[in-house]
Amino acid sequence: MEPIIKVENLWHTYPTGNITALREVSLNINRGELIGVIGQNGSGKTTLVKHFIGLLKPTRGKVFIDGEDTEPLKVQQLAAKVGYVYQNPNHQLFARTVQEELEFGPNNLGVPKEEVQERVEQAIKFFGLEELRYLHPYRIGFPLRKLVGMATIYTMKPDIFILDEPTTGQDNITTQKVYRLIKKLRDEGATVLCVAHDMILLSEVVDRMLVLRDSEVIMDASPREVFSNNEIMASTHLAPPQITSLSLNLRKNKNKLDDVVLSVDEMLALSKDSNQKEKI
Amino acid sequence: MSEKKPVIEFKDVTFWHGGGNEKPAIKNINLKIYEGDYVALLGLNGAGKTTLQLCINGVIPNSIMGDFEGEVIVYGKDTYDTPVREMAKMVGMVFDNPEFQLSQMSVAEEIALGMESLGFSYDEMVETITEVLDIVGLQGLEERSPFGLSGGQQQRLSIAAALAMEPKILVMDEPTSNVDPIGKEEIFSVAAQLNREKNMTVIMAEHEVEVMAAYANIVIVMHEGEILLNGTPEEVFSNVELIQKLGLRLPQVTEYAHRLNQLNLASIKKPYPVTLNSAIERYKDIL
Repeated sequence: MEPIIKVENLWHTYPTGNITALREVSLNINRGELIGVIGQNGSGKTTLVKHFIGLLKPTRGKVFIDGEDTEPLKVQQLAAKVGYVYQNPNHQLFARTVQEELEFGPNNLGVPKEEVQERVEQAIKFFGLEELRYLHPYRIGFPLRKLVGMATIYTMKPDIFILDEPTTGQDNITTQKVYRLIKKLRDEGATVLCVAHDMILLSEVVDRMLVLRDSEVIMDASPREVFSNNEIMASTHLAPPQITSLSLNLRKNKNKLDDVVLSVDEMLALSKDSNQKEKI
Repeated sequence: MSEKKPVIEFKDVTFWHGGGNEKPAIKNINLKIYEGDYVALLGLNGAGKTTLQLCINGVIPNSIMGDFEGEVIVYGKDTYDTPVREMAKMVGMVFDNPEFQLSQMSVAEEIALGMESLGFSYDEMVETITEVLDIVGLQGLEERSPFGLSGGQQQRLSIAAALAMEPKILVMDEPTSNVDPIGKEEIFSVAAQLNREKNMTVIMAEHEVEVMAAYANIVIVMHEGEILLNGTPEEVFSNVELIQKLGLRLPQVTEYAHRLNQLNLASIKKPYPVTLNSAIERYKDIL
């Protein structure tokens, strides 16, 4: 099957100051994948995802979304396919009520009125916004306002969701909710890219990680492989989740990837196994 | 041995924000914090962490409208009748969004702003600016615009501006929520260094429990305006069921201890390990 995002030898140089922000990036992302994009500020990750929404065009190389070369496409044309959710919801919310906010995107895409209402109902249910419907977005606390930001993209039904730090500034209860929503988006067939530093999101939610450093994709692998690569972790200033570090320290065979855990559940499963072996 | 005196003491403090709020933002707070403590403040959004922190520098009740009951004593001074500018010399504040705190054209001016209002001389200011920029690792950036700095650098500038007033207490409200991993590392390590080397008392609200377990010597858990737990990280995080019921995270190695016991896979005694190093020691025979 055709990848939903295809990047071929992409370079990007910003005209001001001749700074190369992306160098020789090639990758394929398949429909339904859930991907984490990590790297420091300035590593190129924002430049990369801006090519997927059409805000930037390649200096060299090509980007295809669902088989279509993005070069001649306008941001508006891509908006039906790719949705971008800002880290700060204040950058995208402007209507007087949550209801209007949710209607805006599909209306703008020319979706028939009845279907717009249907989508709004779906979004309200999906994100649990029943009680917020007629409130002004700025009357809603930050954690829920961020969910409203996601919901406004949901009503546009894009194939690809790009979420910028979806859990920053959230407490644990909302964070857990966001994890469930991200998985649900994927289960509904969407492709989800999370630009994120939330270690639990990266270890327990995403299937694959793109690691950027100095304008290049330096690793494209499963979280298990990324977290067990000391050199990559050190050079990106990331620490694996605490339980992953524990397993890395305790495993006897330093080359066995199966002994690297990504969650407390996995650690318990491993403990169960070794417990049974001892009894035999 | 003489009894240690707290540097911050809350006596039966309750605060209602203005505008007819029936529910107090914090209620019946009794709390003692000692010199050199590194306190982690945990709780969901709305638990009262920020309100409690604003009581320490006297912004509550002196600048924020509301009804205040009880007493907060900081270094022997009752915050109720101590001017906020005098409190600012004792208590430095750093908030979650550095952009809200920064206003000046240059890094140096940003730091000078607070000092000017406290009447420092020009020479003192120049000397202090160099000194505090050095502490937070921003030396040489005096003339740069604060808005051209990275999130981590901006937040360290906020810390430098707070340090310029030579406070004894540093209060930080989710200081790393808007910065990348390098920035986080920088902020946590600057705070730890000030705590360790200058014996500065640090009170930090933060969601990252694993990091707090490693740095703090006291963990306070708040819920709906009240303090439910207050003790060492090991003591507090060993209350696994309560913390989970409140919807808060535990350090993963602590959750692991609890579940090993539940599943009868091992018998880990309380207090449970909370940091990676103590966990490696405790669990080395399990796998």
